[in-house]
Amino acid sequence: MNIHEYQAKQVLKSFGAPVSDGRVVTRAQEAEAAANALPGPVYVVKAQIHAGGRGKGKFKEPEAGEGGGVRLAKSPAEAAKFAKEMLGATLVTKQTGETGKQVNTIYIENGSDIETELYLSALVDRGTGRIAFIASTEGGMNIEEVAEETPEKIVTVGIDPATGCMPHHARRIAQALGLKGAAAKQCGRLIPALYKAFVEKDASLLEINPLIVTKGGDLLVLDAKMGFDPNALFRHEDILELRDISEEDPMEVKASEYDLSYVKLDGNIGCMVNGAGLAMATMDIIKHYGAEPANFLDVGGGATKEKVTEAFKIITTDPGVKGILVNIFGGIMRCDIIAEGIVAAVKEVGLEDPLVVRLEGTNVEKGKEILANSGLKITPADDLEDAAKKVVEAVQG
Amino acid sequence: MSILIDKNTKVICQGLTGKTGTFHTEQAIAYGTKMVGGVTPGKGGSVWEAGEPAKGQTLPVFDTVAEAREKTGADASVIYVPPPFAADSILEAIAAEIPLAICITEGIPVLDMVKVKRALDGSKTRLVGPNCPGVITPDECKIGIMPGHIHRKGHVGVISRSGTLTYEAVHQTTAAGLGQSTCVGIGGDPVKGTDFIEVLDMFLHDDETHSIIMIGEIGGSAEADAAKFLAGHKIKKPTVGFIAGVTAPPGRRMGHAGALVSGADDTAAAKIEAMKSAGVAVSPTPAAMGRTLLEVLKK
Repeated sequence: MNIHEYQAKQVLKSFGAPVSDGRVVTRAQEAEAAANALPGPVYVVKAQIHAGGRGKGKFKEPEAGEGGGVRLAKSPAEAAKFAKEMLGATLVTKQTGETGKQVNTIYIENGSDIETELYLSALVDRGTGRIAFIASTEGGMNIEEVAEETPEKIVTVGIDPATGCMPHHARRIAQALGLKGAAAKQCGRLIPALYKAFVEKDASLLEINPLIVTKGGDLLVLDAKMGFDPNALFRHEDILELRDISEEDPMEVKASEYDLSYVKLDGNIGCMVNGAGLAMATMDIIKHYGAEPANFLDVGGGATKEKVTEAFKIITTDPGVKGILVNIFGGIMRCDIIAEGIVAAVKEVGLEDPLVVRLEGTNVEKGKEILANSGLKITPADDLEDAAKKVVEAVQG
Repeated sequence: MSILIDKNTKVICQGLTGKTGTFHTEQAIAYGTKMVGGVTPGKGGSVWEAGEPAKGQTLPVFDTVAEAREKTGADASVIYVPPPFAADSILEAIAAEIPLAICITEGIPVLDMVKVKRALDGSKTRLVGPNCPGVITPDECKIGIMPGHIHRKGHVGVISRSGTLTYEAVHQTTAAGLGQSTCVGIGGDPVKGTDFIEVLDMFLHDDETHSIIMIGEIGGSAEADAAKFLAGHKIKKPTVGFIAGVTAPPGRRMGHAGALVSGADDTAAAKIEAMKSAGVAVSPTPAAMGRTLLEVLKK
């Protein structure tokens, strides 16, 4: 689960990280007063969407102005003008895709004098199974590009969970960032604070890009991005409250209510599969036979009639879907029960597109019989290959 | 021989009296697994009674893993404990020095697993999982949630990050008449106990395993590391690989917590390339794993 920059900064501030003073604005008429409450004399007006590359992004609407999603204002009036232009407009960045994202929230922050821009992040390094900090002197850049072109400029520091973050970790990171004097000392406080925030809030990613040294020689968190482990949200009600549903795909939100794992894609073959790996593999085999999947959908191991019905509804809501492939490896789940679920779902939801069903596992014969006797236009398939070929053929005609 | 488990493996179940633990323990007993007891804190001293298909069987319930191990001499523990408490259960198995712990639970917080991973260092316990179907040596011992009936005793070692894709490989190798030596589901989480390399090493040294199917997916570098390991190993066995997620968009979590493309090295394409350069025959589709293996074996 991701949160907005201003929320991430609030979380980090509560752990003692240095952030600029700022105000959140959701209505244009509040903007000038918000900026006036800040010391000035310059203000940074930042669009709050869950995507990176905002500064270099472009708005779709001409009335939103030429600037990107991060603009420098020299007066509260100008800050208000920018906020008015951006609110409600659609920002397209490298990460949003062509459709872009509507800006519903603006963060107005006091401007800073930047001496140097640095990169600092923390994540769970799956190779070592530990939290690791990644530090680089190349701040404000795309870190993937830095890793590609100048890997020697990236330093990774893993933290042993048994000791937690120690002073030597912070010294090593300060060195990697080229920090001296007061800034190096501040780094000695920042790193343990970030580690504490990461662990206590069950973060999955914490990225500060850039972390800056001001002209006054102080460290400051200029931008912040935080993601959280969905498995751990049950113990973080405060973080769950930061969730912004408007940033998520409405169908994905609906799917999550029924404990279905759904990701919308751009193709025309809707998929319903049990198991994440098999669901991905089913998408792949559709592509292999020349079509594109419309979605990833894992109904999980305990697929009930209700879940199957909801899954069907979600798939058929997608206007791009021209055919559906159901691929269930029953395992311990009985195929006859799944078949009954499919029949009930189709009867309830209705069906206009070709439907190919592949069932395997316990009571498979009984399951196939139920589908065949249902009177519904369901194309049975013998195996995964057969199923993929049939659905691709049905869609492409 | 097989790897990890066989007909002599004595198994306890952590979370036995819960719905999931009870169901799968009944299935395991019916399959022939030597279940010897269960652990549910607060229910120690009671007797668990199986329903169908293992009706009539009973198991002693203990309060702690240490007591269960002491009284039953268990070699392995299977863990069906809900996610908020699962890490504690794994740590208890480690503390009780259970040689093999297999955690089926899906949805354990990643940072809980970071602690578990650290506790495994230098311990006497091997952990398989979490978020996995478990381990099976056909006709001998089934520990986990996989459907027993699709397996046949044979000589293909199967290792996979995905549950249902493992079943697919098992189904195809059974249909091809090859059967399986042992199937190991290592699980779909980013931080887990056992990884590809350790299991591949066991398969390479196991006389019963004549060939290998390894199934990976997007996210992380474990498959590429495993490919390098196979290329450098002095023992060679015919190996077929499959990677799920060629069509997965970057930056999106695809069901499994660990299935997320975050860099150039963890895409399906990069993993497939790594396997090919290590001499692994990559199955073009998930439906062709058995067929691809047959072709490799004919060479």
